[in-house]
Amino acid sequence: MSRWLSLYAVAAYAFLHLPLAVLAVFSFNSSRVTAWESFSFTWYRAAFTDPQLSEATVNSFLIGAAATILATAIGTLCAYALWKRGSLPITSTLYLSMVTPEIVLGIALLALYQWMFRYLGLQLGLHTVILAHVMFCTAYVVTVVAARLRSIDASLEEAALDLGATDWQAFHRVTLPQLVPAIVSAALLVFITSFDDFVITSLVAGVDSETLPMVIYAMARKGFNPAVNAISTMIVLGLGVLILLSSRLERKP
Amino acid sequence: MDHVLELHNVSKRYPNHTAVDDVTLRVPKGAFFSLVGPSGCGKTTTLRMVAGFDQPTAGELLLNGQRIEHLRPYERNVSTVFQNYALFPHLSARENIEFGLRRRNAPDLATPVNKVLDLLHLTGKESRFPHQMSGGEKQRVALARSLVLEPELLLLDEPLSALDPQLRKRVRVELKALQRSVGITFLMVTHDQEEALSLSDRIAVMNKGKVEQVGTPQEIYHKPATRFVAGFLGHINWIGDAGVRPESTYIASEPRNGIARSRPAVIRHAMYYGNCFHVEAEIDPGITAISEVPTDEHRYSTGQQVHVWWHIDDEIRLP
Amino acid sequence: MNRLRFWCLAPATTLLAVLFLVPILIIAAYSLLSRGPYGGVMPPWTLENYTRLADPLYLSILWRTSLYSLAATAVCLLAGFPLAWFISRSGPRKSLFLALVIVPFWTSFLVRTYAWMFLLRDTGLINSTLQSLGLIHQPLPLLYTPFAVIVGLVYGYLPFMILPIYATLEKLDPSLLEASADLGARPITTMFQIVIPLARPGMLAGGVLVFISCLGAYLTPDLLGGGKTIMIGNLVQNQFTAARDWPFGAALSLLLMAVVMAMLMPVLRREKDGLL
Repeated sequence: MSRWLSLYAVAAYAFLHLPLAVLAVFSFNSSRVTAWESFSFTWYRAAFTDPQLSEATVNSFLIGAAATILATAIGTLCAYALWKRGSLPITSTLYLSMVTPEIVLGIALLALYQWMFRYLGLQLGLHTVILAHVMFCTAYVVTVVAARLRSIDASLEEAALDLGATDWQAFHRVTLPQLVPAIVSAALLVFITSFDDFVITSLVAGVDSETLPMVIYAMARKGFNPAVNAISTMIVLGLGVLILLSSRLERKP
Repeated sequence: MDHVLELHNVSKRYPNHTAVDDVTLRVPKGAFFSLVGPSGCGKTTTLRMVAGFDQPTAGELLLNGQRIEHLRPYERNVSTVFQNYALFPHLSARENIEFGLRRRNAPDLATPVNKVLDLLHLTGKESRFPHQMSGGEKQRVALARSLVLEPELLLLDEPLSALDPQLRKRVRVELKALQRSVGITFLMVTHDQEEALSLSDRIAVMNKGKVEQVGTPQEIYHKPATRFVAGFLGHINWIGDAGVRPESTYIASEPRNGIARSRPAVIRHAMYYGNCFHVEAEIDPGITAISEVPTDEHRYSTGQQVHVWWHIDDEIRLP
Repeated sequence: MNRLRFWCLAPATTLLAVLFLVPILIIAAYSLLSRGPYGGVMPPWTLENYTRLADPLYLSILWRTSLYSLAATAVCLLAGFPLAWFISRSGPRKSLFLALVIVPFWTSFLVRTYAWMFLLRDTGLINSTLQSLGLIHQPLPLLYTPFAVIVGLVYGYLPFMILPIYATLEKLDPSLLEASADLGARPITTMFQIVIPLARPGMLAGGVLVFISCLGAYLTPDLLGGGKTIMIGNLVQNQFTAARDWPFGAALSLLLMAVVMAMLMPVLRREKDGLL
């Protein structure tokens, strides 16, 4: 391979990774200004003791966990049913939900919730955020699980039925075990996506359901606060581990 | 003799195996030369080193007396017909054939292209794309694409293996005729001994990275230099030190003497091949001989006591 | 079997119907209504929200959105193709190099955008480094510029370009490259005559994915453009919050959706296997 191409690749990877690396390095800087002073955990301490950040973190974990469980279950069942027999309307709607810009999804949900507030007395809160996340994450689950299902031999279930299993037993004793890596991988993706979402969340969250990205956004807009570097570094590392785990599982035979 | 290609002590070594081991070969100008051997014997690696896709780790490659190991594939006047043909899927037959001429900035594309189209019976099919072609058409486009460049040497990597068996026999005849008419030296790699014997002027048999023997098809078949060569090109019965081909092995109810040798044997079984039977007879435990018996002369049954015999002249004795 | 299938599909279809299709229909209805005095919507039905899109003020935002998206897509293509080529040629370390593209892509879009604020602001790393080196005396205006927005878009969506191109290059038969060299083509000629034409489906898919992601971008122009260089996404958000003009915001949303779908159609049609 030519040396120029390798040099270019080094530059391209630097572009992809340096911004995050620099952020991480400066999260350990004792100074408030962007010039290296000395190594310190000051901003991590600040991040951990900030009551607003703690509350938002708890919210983000609650929303992420609930959305992950619901979206994974709903998406897996849907992928399984579509594997048996496809359905163009459902598949197209899933596609559509994936390609609709987030801002459009957000305002459309906001409009729905306004109606529900007017006619059903529904208040904005953690539950509205969770429902929104489940909606836009289900399609990801279907995609990941369907990809795995395509590689499974359909005659295995037929063999199970032939040996006297019911439909449900054939699913949960034969097919489901083979899907576990894909389901876990999809669940991790949902958690990451939910944990990170800002655009939709900020539109449908209530006053008591601020999430971590919302707090980071507010801090970032207000002006420079090194505590954001610290919290960002922790998020990148945490999500990075999850995504590595997820891609491992996805490729598992 | 004038040699278009010479390999002197060429080796290709990888950290934990040797693909080609100290190979020396001379390919005469205008010859149809085959490299034959089982898979993994180094024949394809040898071809790829001549084409320039792989670099030898030792030795010299000479094309018309000029060293070429340092030349990139696009700097060598040799051309390859790939096993899968490697036709460019986004280009039509004509554009595939023009590809090499354009790289040379040839002033006239139409004349040479039309000439090879005609030569390979592709006239009228020049606007087809690879996915619209049959296997035979793809092969002819691949040949045309290389021949239009009038290379010093045409390399063919298992050129018939992608064709179905029906077509293969016919294309074999056409390929031989084509080589005669264009007069370009062909260097073909094949694992099919029948293909090598029927097409080639000269054959090099390779095994485990080494050349075991080089010679005409008759020499290779009738005077094999090693047990491997003898066994690789057709079946051979080993009876003591003597090797006898099945077509020279006869079965009779009485022993023969004089210019023949014979051994008592017991018929084990017979396999029908359409034009003949292959009758297997056991001479001693572990030593069996196969005899090719014409269909209408086969009248043996399993367990029958017979005599296997052959002419002394037909014996193959290894040096 | 049919009962099992029904219960497997019921949750997903309910979810999609109530939380996706109904909201989109509500937006479609809003886009044809008039603005209420205190926000919200009211009769009569009208097409005025769509005709207002031709207003020079909004046209300039639509124009800017297209321009930035196109610029970001072009940069992604030029920057992403060589990297995709590099990865596809890198032998046994392929999956490592691929992971190095994917991992940062999945870690928090917000944090990645924030990282560029940290680099580009007046007191940010680039300006403070250049100043301490004595190369400049006044900070360069980097943040809140079109440049910052386009850099952010490229940084955000570059993997959308790399991954589909990589997928087509990965499927490329290596003997085609050897055949090209064998017929006398130098590497650069092989690149332009063989590799790029055959990678076109990947480039198209990547280009469309990046372009539609840029069209719908909200966070990047918001944080890196700082309100000075707003794109459609920000305009939509603004209509539903500060401007309280829901019908117009709804019309903009539908326009955005329509453009995105129209662009995706040819790509989806090519993708015979489909994602689902």
